[in-house]
Amino acid sequence: MSTELPLIGDYSTPGTELSGARIGVVTFPGTLDDRDAARAVRAAGAEAVALWHGDTDLQDVDAVIIPGGFSYGDYLRAGAISRFAPMMAKIVDAANSEARLPVLGICNGFQILTESHLLPGSMIKNDHLKFICRDQLLRVENNETAWTNQYDKGEEITIVLKNQDGQYVADEKVLDELVAENRVAFSYVGWNPNGSRRSIAGISNKAGNVVGLMPHPEHAIESGFGPDHRGTDGLRFFTSVVTQLVGGKK
Amino acid sequence: MTQEFNIDTVENAAGTPNVELPWAELGLKANEFEEIVKILGRRPTAAELAMYSVMWSEHCSYKSTKNHLRQFGAKVTEEMKKDLMVGIGENAGVTDLGDGWAVTFKIESHNSPSYVEPYQGAATGIGGIVRDIISMGARPIAVMDPLRFGAIDHPDSQRVVHGVVSGIGGYGNSLGLPNIGGETVFDPIYQGNPLVNALAVGALRHEDLRLANASGVGNKVVLFGARTGGDGIGGASVLASESFDDTKPSKRPAVQVGDPFAEKVLIECCLELFKASLVEGIQDLGAAGISCATSELASNGEGGMHVELTNVLLRDSTLTPGEILMSESQERMMAVVTPENIEAFEAVMAKWNVEYSWLGEVTDTNRLVITWNGEVIVDVDPKTVAHDGPVYDRPYARPDWQDALQADTFRSSEAGANLPSSGEELKAAVLELIASPNMCDKSWITSQYDRYVGGNTALAAPDDAGVVRVDEQTGLGVAIATDANGRYAYLDPYAGAQLALAESYRNVATSGAVPAAVSDCLNYGSPEDPDVMWQLAEGIRGLSDACMELGVPVTGGNVSLYNQTGDKAIHPTPVVATLGKLDDVARRTPSGWREEADGQAIYLIGKTFDELDGSEFANLRGHLGGLPPKVDLAAEKALGQVLINASRDGMIDAAHDLSEGGLAAALSEMVLRYGVGARVALDEIISRDGIDAFTALFSETQARALVAVPRSEEVRFNDMTSARGITVARIGVVDAQSGALEVQGQFTASVEELREAHEGTMVKYFG
Repeated sequence: MSTELPLIGDYSTPGTELSGARIGVVTFPGTLDDRDAARAVRAAGAEAVALWHGDTDLQDVDAVIIPGGFSYGDYLRAGAISRFAPMMAKIVDAANSEARLPVLGICNGFQILTESHLLPGSMIKNDHLKFICRDQLLRVENNETAWTNQYDKGEEITIVLKNQDGQYVADEKVLDELVAENRVAFSYVGWNPNGSRRSIAGISNKAGNVVGLMPHPEHAIESGFGPDHRGTDGLRFFTSVVTQLVGGKK
Repeated sequence: MTQEFNIDTVENAAGTPNVELPWAELGLKANEFEEIVKILGRRPTAAELAMYSVMWSEHCSYKSTKNHLRQFGAKVTEEMKKDLMVGIGENAGVTDLGDGWAVTFKIESHNSPSYVEPYQGAATGIGGIVRDIISMGARPIAVMDPLRFGAIDHPDSQRVVHGVVSGIGGYGNSLGLPNIGGETVFDPIYQGNPLVNALAVGALRHEDLRLANASGVGNKVVLFGARTGGDGIGGASVLASESFDDTKPSKRPAVQVGDPFAEKVLIECCLELFKASLVEGIQDLGAAGISCATSELASNGEGGMHVELTNVLLRDSTLTPGEILMSESQERMMAVVTPENIEAFEAVMAKWNVEYSWLGEVTDTNRLVITWNGEVIVDVDPKTVAHDGPVYDRPYARPDWQDALQADTFRSSEAGANLPSSGEELKAAVLELIASPNMCDKSWITSQYDRYVGGNTALAAPDDAGVVRVDEQTGLGVAIATDANGRYAYLDPYAGAQLALAESYRNVATSGAVPAAVSDCLNYGSPEDPDVMWQLAEGIRGLSDACMELGVPVTGGNVSLYNQTGDKAIHPTPVVATLGKLDDVARRTPSGWREEADGQAIYLIGKTFDELDGSEFANLRGHLGGLPPKVDLAAEKALGQVLINASRDGMIDAAHDLSEGGLAAALSEMVLRYGVGARVALDEIISRDGIDAFTALFSETQARALVAVPRSEEVRFNDMTSARGITVARIGVVDAQSGALEVQGQFTASVEELREAHEGTMVKYFG
């Protein structure tokens, strides 16, 4: 009656889920939120495919999530080692290809995406120097990306924030460009929890297929297991990409 | 590489009986050393001495408490054993959860290292307890940390609190384990001996259960994970089994250094080994390192093992064999693998980039033989190392000061004069209470821990119990709460231990879970002091009696002694963790009411007596004396059943137990949980129980809880409680519009006022 899948070994869901979409979730040594990301994928009606950092086969997935954690312990700059993983080379190519593979980097995944130069800027230690775990209010600034098309522009959502190195930094020129090109995907509302420049919580690339953010949408997909208030605000990240993949409309 | 030191072989030891050995420096007593010589029939080699010294330490051998701890195994009914799959003695106890699932949990201390080196001490405390859980074949699913520090305003508390909290966060957050609760207490009594206890819980399928034994002659013994270094040498013997004394040199080198990334990889790697059934027996390396792992694996199995010590991968090539055997370097595991599985085992290691080395094999000699380049440096019966350590019947006696302490009640003391009585005074007292170091909001700590990872956390601090889902299909899960009150246990060690159990049992039931098992961490002073030994004996007797009465077996735990500086011992602090089962965690009850609960009735379950001795309020006035609140385990059980049934049948939307700080604290916390106000009146309990408003608010009478009952469920709720003969009072309603806690006829405190008082304290001291 119960399944061992979430407990031990990989979490790939056999067979085809409702939408037919297959979304890869990459595991590095030290990745922590891979099972959570896979659960979010399944909750959005897609199939979660386990991708191993050391492999080079993308297994024909339709989109990729790079989940949170402390890959390689983050002993060097967060994400600095993971960007050299064989799987990352494949992901970077696919994201930049004509097909524009949708890629979502969450927390450590966002850090890996900036280290891989799929997204500009970088993350440094939180300005208060402590790890912080809280229910975080965000504003959706851009609802035209692969991962945000099910939100309203300007909508405020609550998802989980938890990190040590979450302060987004970039030079002024890059920050101006991000704003001008409508590439700030999410901003922190109210208190800036880590000192990020211009309260930026997440950004996208120009094409809108690659999105990275520090907060964790995958921890806000199931009522009762996420933030105290409005605990499922993160689910639409995943339904957004599924909607785009199946050619659905907003 | 050639070693510069001389190897003290067994042959050499036999031929040189009169060599002076540093047994005293290694923490052994003269009689213990003589016993070792008797067992071996010769003097021990340097390596053997190292092994015996750590394994016969208080920390590893339980030599002062073994005779008392037997009560946990003896005071058990058949009913209590029903769901117990593995009891005391293994790395952690295992309890059947149903549906083919089992759960394993354990609480341990890492007190001394966390004072000497707070960050690493606390970090490796988490690491160690998590490896205990993996050793059982389980995936760890959550951690908790009960913490006790010295005075909040003492300069050294800055060092200890910042270090311990960031150590727990830095290590635990990197493992992907949600931290779901614990407690934090500040008391000058812990100034030089902070208590850092760590709990881990894991889930497994029945068939995945693994035990620590080396069976199958010819099977290979492998050490994997981190390399062995010079850290933590003597951690168990010199550090954890002695009092602090500032005349001795710094013990910092005895503290281990943690690498959470290595641990995370080790967890995944072990789970993959279990899944493919590649190990016959497995043991984590914690206290006493390779000494412990080899002797325990060998003596629990078929009795023999041969290990070539030069095969151990080292971080520091200058380590002596004795140091290698004693090192407590973290993130290491030892396993027994059949020759057929070697290749598959190595493939898993390669996948996770984990280093390993084959040390030797299981034999049928009944001897643990350790060689160094082929020369025998250890040849012992492993049982004499692991199990046949000394056992002491330490003298104990009720301290001569106990009577005077118990006679000094709060009411009769100067501190107990001029108690608050007007509404204004009561309001000031409530705000002072919820801002006090022990009662204030601890989110400064808990927000530095990841409580969400894994996606299965249904409740976490500040709720009464942490709740995690085990089975996503059915919602099957567990609730855990850890509790202790050192002041109660100081006033009455027997009752104090029972009150710790009563509170953690109540907390678990408050969340809606059925209490099923207990793990305890007994933190006391020096067992060589008859006063302390009496506290310990009484504590164990009290706890084991109470477990029997409540029907929850102790499945494991740990004893931490010598928590004292000079001759000043800590308050006896038996920390009790109760684990409960929830058929569906979606039914769990949170500890506060939401806006949607507007208009729901607030009931106080249980009677209130005049019980202020040892209370938080008395503590605020600097008083400690008298007798702790009365223990009433029958009432606890009845209350628990009401809370569990009410939760299961959807009769309550919120519940919070009354404990430290009494009704005043519970009401404030329920209001602050979601920032939703309430109107209550104390008149009924005042006239019914014959007490005044102050006592109603601040008494710490046990077996009480506050619940919020939807109007539609009130009839059912009242029917259930009256049928069970349980006293309840409808003291008020949830008021979402008021934005305040109103105690009618007494005072009104706005949510903002309460919040400011409650949330300001930790930030004020720690930034």
